Amino acid sequence: MTDITQLGVKAIRDGVAGGEFTAREVAEAFNGAVEAAAELNAFIVATPDHALAAADKVDAARAAGEELGPMAGVPIGMKDLFATNGVQTTAASHILEGFVPPYESTVSQNLWDAGAGMLGKLNMDQFAMGSSNETSYFGPVKSPWKAEGSNATLTPGGSSGGSSAAVAARLCPAATGTDTGGSIRQPCAITGTTGIKPTYGRCSRWGVVAFASSLDQAGPMARSVEDCAIMLGAMAGFDPKDSTSLDAPVPDWAGALNADLKGKTIGIPREYRMDGMDPEIEASWEQGKQWLRDAGAAIVDVSLPHTKYALPAYYIVAPAEASSNLARYDGVRYGLRDLPEGAGLQDMYAATRADGFGDEVKRRIIIGTYVLSAGFYDAYYTQAMKVRTLVQQDFHKAFEQCDAILAPTTPTPAFPLEEMNSDPLAMYLNDVFAVPASLAGLPAMSVPATLTSKGLPLGLQVIGKPMDEQQVLDVGLAIEQRAGFTAQPQKWW
Amino acid sequence: MSVTREQVAKIASLARIRMGEQELDHMVPELNKILDWVEQLGEVDTSSVEPMTAVIPQALRLRDDVVDADPKTGGGRREDVLANAPVAEHGFYGVPKVIE
Repeated sequence: MTDITQLGVKAIRDGVAGGEFTAREVAEAFNGAVEAAAELNAFIVATPDHALAAADKVDAARAAGEELGPMAGVPIGMKDLFATNGVQTTAASHILEGFVPPYESTVSQNLWDAGAGMLGKLNMDQFAMGSSNETSYFGPVKSPWKAEGSNATLTPGGSSGGSSAAVAARLCPAATGTDTGGSIRQPCAITGTTGIKPTYGRCSRWGVVAFASSLDQAGPMARSVEDCAIMLGAMAGFDPKDSTSLDAPVPDWAGALNADLKGKTIGIPREYRMDGMDPEIEASWEQGKQWLRDAGAAIVDVSLPHTKYALPAYYIVAPAEASSNLARYDGVRYGLRDLPEGAGLQDMYAATRADGFGDEVKRRIIIGTYVLSAGFYDAYYTQAMKVRTLVQQDFHKAFEQCDAILAPTTPTPAFPLEEMNSDPLAMYLNDVFAVPASLAGLPAMSVPATLTSKGLPLGLQVIGKPMDEQQVLDVGLAIEQRAGFTAQPQKWW
Repeated sequence: MSVTREQVAKIASLARIRMGEQELDHMVPELNKILDWVEQLGEVDTSSVEPMTAVIPQALRLRDDVVDADPKTGGGRREDVLANAPVAEHGFYGVPKVIE
């Protein structure tokens, strides 16, 4: 009997459809894995009944000879940023603790309609603000990976750190993530998992707790490019309830996957080669170029001259939008209320928000409020939005010379918990390679490339033209086939 | 540009976040470190650049002018709307006394 928890999305779906095992057997196997992995703290709540109910529906549909959806029988993890009907949704914050939405986010509904079930709500950085999962009110997620010769607990990355840890530890075959400035790609890279942030607007933001609305984009995290393509196809689609949803057909990405890159050109952005770059990261990038040459692609140097300004621009734009979006948490309509004895309405707001938001969230609200305030708006916010235009123009110019861009996903492998959390700025720099594509709204993915000398995963990033997820996935597949990445963390939990 | 302790206290109050002395002690230097770092954006010549308004070109759509076109976002769902309120009374949100 196969160990079902080793299987990915496609293998499970096809196995259920072909009668090798039932959807209920799959759900039970993963429910068991989730229950046995409490030590990783990957889930805020487990929902084994949801997974079983969805599985039973699929088994009944199969028995009745009905057509099965593209995710039929696949139980997944749901990042706790997605509103799920009747299941607590907190964005890993205290202020939303106990919030039970009476509605379902469009993306999660799309997945249930495609036949998926939910194993639970995944831990994350609070309001998706963080790169190590340490800002979660419910405690950090522990990576299943350990460096050779060390017992230090490592970060699974962030903000989708519950998702990356759960997929890497085989607690679920795939999970949803969201990416505002790297929150899918960075955790994937450092846990040896695969994930794609599609073009801004591909996946509806309706029912996703808002962080920075002009950047937030949902995407799948899994263990293969093909599984990502299948799941993204189920998540994406036009949604009239989101005014920035793209009114465009969803291509059959999985069906069209093609790792033959003959006639394609891949750009290597010279500004991503930073002083003092980790030699192992640089070596993996060189290796990536070789793999893509081997797949038939031509490699050219391209220039993205405003790269160094992308991260500081992001840390104005994202906090500005966050300060506005998070104004809704006021202790009146939902979530926490802190009403000190004899306090008036204004004191109630201030006490509720002081108690309900974590330090990083407060820091970003304060920065955002400051850069949007009278007298500073033009110097900070308008200037950042102009730089954002320049970052996007850089990409458009580069794409005149190439079909996709190859870069490292992260500047380092996974770091130990608590190593960086006393220095917010050092933490921000971990997203230096991921943020430019976010500012430009481009599809971008991370694919596992290799292990470091200490046995920790490194990822490579592929960035594509707007709407060209297919090219990104195709390049990702070419890397995946040559990297032959099969390493998995040794079970210690 | 750097921010003073008084400015941070003022911004916190504008953002309706109560902040104690101890919290200000660590928040002020942290913010100044971040603001010093974003200051480098001033080096970029943006005199002939328009600020971005939409990352992917899109036109805003109009929906049909129909009441409750989408039952999920239409009216008549008072119980759902109030279900998560910390205090709900007589079909309304409850708040501390606002008018003396």
